Amino acid sequence: MIPLYWYLLLSAAIFCIGLFGAITRKNSVGILLSIELMLNAANINLLAFWRYLYAPNGDLRAEVFVIAIFVVAAAEAAVGLAMIISAYRSRQTVVANDMDSLKG
Amino acid sequence: MTGIQILFIVNALVIIFSAVMTVTARHMIHAALWFVLALLGVAVVYAMLEAGFFAVVQVLIYVGAIAILIIFAVMLTRRALEDQEKPFNRASLVTLLIVGIVFVGLILSIRFWPLLQSTTVPLSPDQLTVGTLGLALTDPQQFALPFEVTSILLLAAMIGAIYIAHERKEKGK
Amino acid sequence: MSFIQDPIPWVIHWLETLLIGWGLSESLTQVVLFVLGAGLISVGAMFFTTMLIWAERKIGGRFQDRLGPNRVGPWGIFQTFADMLKIFTKEYINPVGVDKVPFNLAPVLSVAAVLAIWSVIPFSQTVFGTDISVGLLIIIAVGGLGEMAIILAGFGSNNKYALLGAFRAVAQLISYEVPLVIVLLIPVMFSGSMGLNDIVAAQKIPFIIYAPVACVIFFICSIAENGRAPFDLIEADSELVAGYNIEYSGLKFGMFFVADFLHAFTSAIVFTTIFLGGWQGPGVEEMPVLGGFYLLLKTLVVYFMMLAIRFTVPRFRIDQMMALNWKVLTPLSLVAVLVTAVVDKSIPQGNSLFRIAALLVANLILWLVADRMITAFRKRHPVQVVSNKRPLARPERLPAGGEGISQ
Repeated sequence: MIPLYWYLLLSAAIFCIGLFGAITRKNSVGILLSIELMLNAANINLLAFWRYLYAPNGDLRAEVFVIAIFVVAAAEAAVGLAMIISAYRSRQTVVANDMDSLKG
Repeated sequence: MTGIQILFIVNALVIIFSAVMTVTARHMIHAALWFVLALLGVAVVYAMLEAGFFAVVQVLIYVGAIAILIIFAVMLTRRALEDQEKPFNRASLVTLLIVGIVFVGLILSIRFWPLLQSTTVPLSPDQLTVGTLGLALTDPQQFALPFEVTSILLLAAMIGAIYIAHERKEKGK
Repeated sequence: MSFIQDPIPWVIHWLETLLIGWGLSESLTQVVLFVLGAGLISVGAMFFTTMLIWAERKIGGRFQDRLGPNRVGPWGIFQTFADMLKIFTKEYINPVGVDKVPFNLAPVLSVAAVLAIWSVIPFSQTVFGTDISVGLLIIIAVGGLGEMAIILAGFGSNNKYALLGAFRAVAQLISYEVPLVIVLLIPVMFSGSMGLNDIVAAQKIPFIIYAPVACVIFFICSIAENGRAPFDLIEADSELVAGYNIEYSGLKFGMFFVADFLHAFTSAIVFTTIFLGGWQGPGVEEMPVLGGFYLLLKTLVVYFMMLAIRFTVPRFRIDQMMALNWKVLTPLSLVAVLVTAVVDKSIPQGNSLFRIAALLVANLILWLVADRMITAFRKRHPVQVVSNKRPLARPERLPAGGEGISQ
């Protein structure tokens, strides 16, 4: 069968790729995409631990945590994209480096 | 190598490739489409972990709503000459180095941790139904509070997003 | 199980023993049988679509007081094959600047998203693709994949009108998913499970009697999800030059076309399974094959109703459609779920006649209240159907010195 650490390595890889994207992407929507990748990596991690260590005991805490992360990711994507669109309307750019003044 | 191990390795390669293309794609719309492929791969991982409900919810929420939202946002914030330059800012090389070090550190620590090594064959529990999760989420002794709090969070986010993205009419200009 | 009573599981069992006799392992036999089943369902669904297209054109013709196709074969039943031949031989035109992968992937994904729904529908008591405990969610999730296909088509065409059409289409589809999903909570409440097999098995009395308001809302949202009239501004020829499939020709357009008709039939089957009882009917315990016939009969009745609505009602404007969804259907579905939950749980288990009566009364009250509110709203905000009076153009009303105006 599949050992636990395979899932954890996959999750670590996706997290690191998302981290790289979140720091180096110019486009704000691109930064948001990378953040969503990181959240997915955390979800894989949680579900892997749940399945291997908690589900045999009938413990459901990790599942509730995963549901909370789903909800938070959706809420954050919605609000983040609303802000990006609103900022684009006044500044006409979505490059994160160029949004460097609070005016407007 | 059993069948399911090969399936896992193929799926992992697909996810990692899509993730790399997501963060390095020049056109944002290509990045969004590669992101959808990565999400579908993650849904397959959830199905392999016998969390079928979460696999379906992943496709429903992420692919069916968040990915479409991101594509809408990319379309609405697009200008003609924006996608011609490199998609990275000045910090890309240093970040690559640091992320590489972090990843190698994670690999070393995960690979040689005895608790994670020893769980090769998972037990097969008999309580993996959706019904137990539903009962747990509505039971005041168990997890009703996180459920309610996340619902209120979602409501607040919805109202906030509508208010922020609302076009205000210019007054007196 | 004999062949007459239960043909398909008998054939599956026979094939299984045959393959194991040839020396294949157990799991490989399963995989082969699954692949065979999936292939047969897909091909069968595609062939059935040809009959559906013919039926739609004939019935549509009769609704519009004409005959429909009647040249190619008796009563025109080979018309669809003639159209298929024509579409196969048309040239694929790739416009300049298209993105190859999204452009070519969109029709495939569109058909795949519809066919994937057929894998969870129970055709009879013993014939179903798979029995997943979250079957209802799978149906909605693959609907989301279909929306992805529309976006791919609109974006990959390198055409402003295709993009605009795709956005309008996806806005409509996402909006109408909300009351669809909320209303699906009601059958789940009644049957205690999200799996379609359990929902059908719990319908000794079909759920349409338990929850008519939910049924109507689900029907309307299904029609809107398909993009059929009166919600068909996705492909409104007079407005948007064919919407997101402008640049498609040949078999790629044929695939969108097939996906549209197949989606309508699939919506009818899902409606039948959830609200009309699926394969339930007199005598299915002894002869399970009768279940398939009952399902087909009920689905054809629902499909006929969809066609009747399509050829009778004019098209919505986009703001009317959005107003209908967000101002009428979503609050109504939320209140329906609340009312049904309260009434259902306040009646103790087992008084089934009293429960049905109470639920019907509750639904009737809900319907009347909603109707009064909509009527009162319309009285306060009347919609002007004609513009203000303008003077008619008459020859004696030409402005001064306008003798030579027509040159």
